[in-house]
Amino acid sequence: MHTPLAFITGSNLLWAGLLFGFIFGVLLHRGGVTDFNVIVKQFLFRDFTVLKVMFTAIVVGGVGLFILHGQELSNWHIKPATMLAVILGALLFGIGMVIYGYCPGTGIAAIAAGKLDALVGFLGMLVGAAAYALCYDWIAANILPVADLGKKRLPELSTLPEWVWYAGLVALAAIVFALVARVEKARFPAS
Amino acid sequence: MKTPRWNPYLVGALIGVLSILTFSLADKPIGISTGIAQASGACSVPMLGADGVAANTYWAKKAVPAWDYGSLFVLGTFFGALVSSLGSGSFKLESVPALWRERFGPSVGKRFLAAFIGGVVIIFGARLADGCTSGHGISGSLQLAVSSWTFFIVMFISGIVTAFILFRGTSQS
Repeated sequence: MHTPLAFITGSNLLWAGLLFGFIFGVLLHRGGVTDFNVIVKQFLFRDFTVLKVMFTAIVVGGVGLFILHGQELSNWHIKPATMLAVILGALLFGIGMVIYGYCPGTGIAAIAAGKLDALVGFLGMLVGAAAYALCYDWIAANILPVADLGKKRLPELSTLPEWVWYAGLVALAAIVFALVARVEKARFPAS
Repeated sequence: MKTPRWNPYLVGALIGVLSILTFSLADKPIGISTGIAQASGACSVPMLGADGVAANTYWAKKAVPAWDYGSLFVLGTFFGALVSSLGSGSFKLESVPALWRERFGPSVGKRFLAAFIGGVVIIFGARLADGCTSGHGISGSLQLAVSSWTFFIVMFISGIVTAFILFRGTSQS
């Protein structure tokens, strides 16, 4: 469905991609998530920068889109819940993220900050993506169809109204941030 | 050396605003790993030939190697981070991160080998799951997608287990 605010179309989308990507790159760098130590220490619960950045983005973007979508000013872009593939992919992703020390986006941004290991890992990503493309026909036939729930959203799993889910998301974020603040206070009392 | 970092909550909020803009103004989510898959197609042309790449189902349908919104978003991310790091004076060539050095020593070769393998594994996972920390973690989670919350939770648990296996002995700081 074409939405009224979506005036960026056609070849203008190319410039928009570059501009939005540019802003994203600045934010990733300024957020400090282009640092191997920051990312791996999140998984060790010694640094909570990644969680703070991601969860705030989810809450702000989520509530904003909930309102926009209610006014028919945006479309959903839901990725299919091909559950076996998502779970296997996420397991590999978590392992890869700790060994690489970056995720795909922060890896790209880390190269721009001078991190040579991020550059080498990017070459690995090119190889890995090519390997996936070469395996795709087999995966599409054997993995993707297993437990495929389709393009489902969480609110569709219950009869609760949509806003309850977003209220729950905000409450969850508040609890998580309060817990993080307590842990940080206990661990770094000086700062 | 410290990057002039902004408050992580502020950065997160701004990424949230950015995704509201990309959804409403361009009808596109934020995502990175598809763009990398597109680049892998372009880089495979010398090995497989243009016909070989074009004949591949994935590159023909899912991640077409061409300049479009998604691949230019990835390029933009690189330049944004470059301007930010040069502009803030924090650009610095580094091969072995401090935490890695503490656990596995100063060997550049060892670190590069691990980074390469990690890169292969992370992107294979991202393609299998159809998204990464951007496409699933942020764009999908904020839409309350079942696939994305599954990805987010499983990815975090997998990362925690891997991190505790590999880096448990390092200092707490």
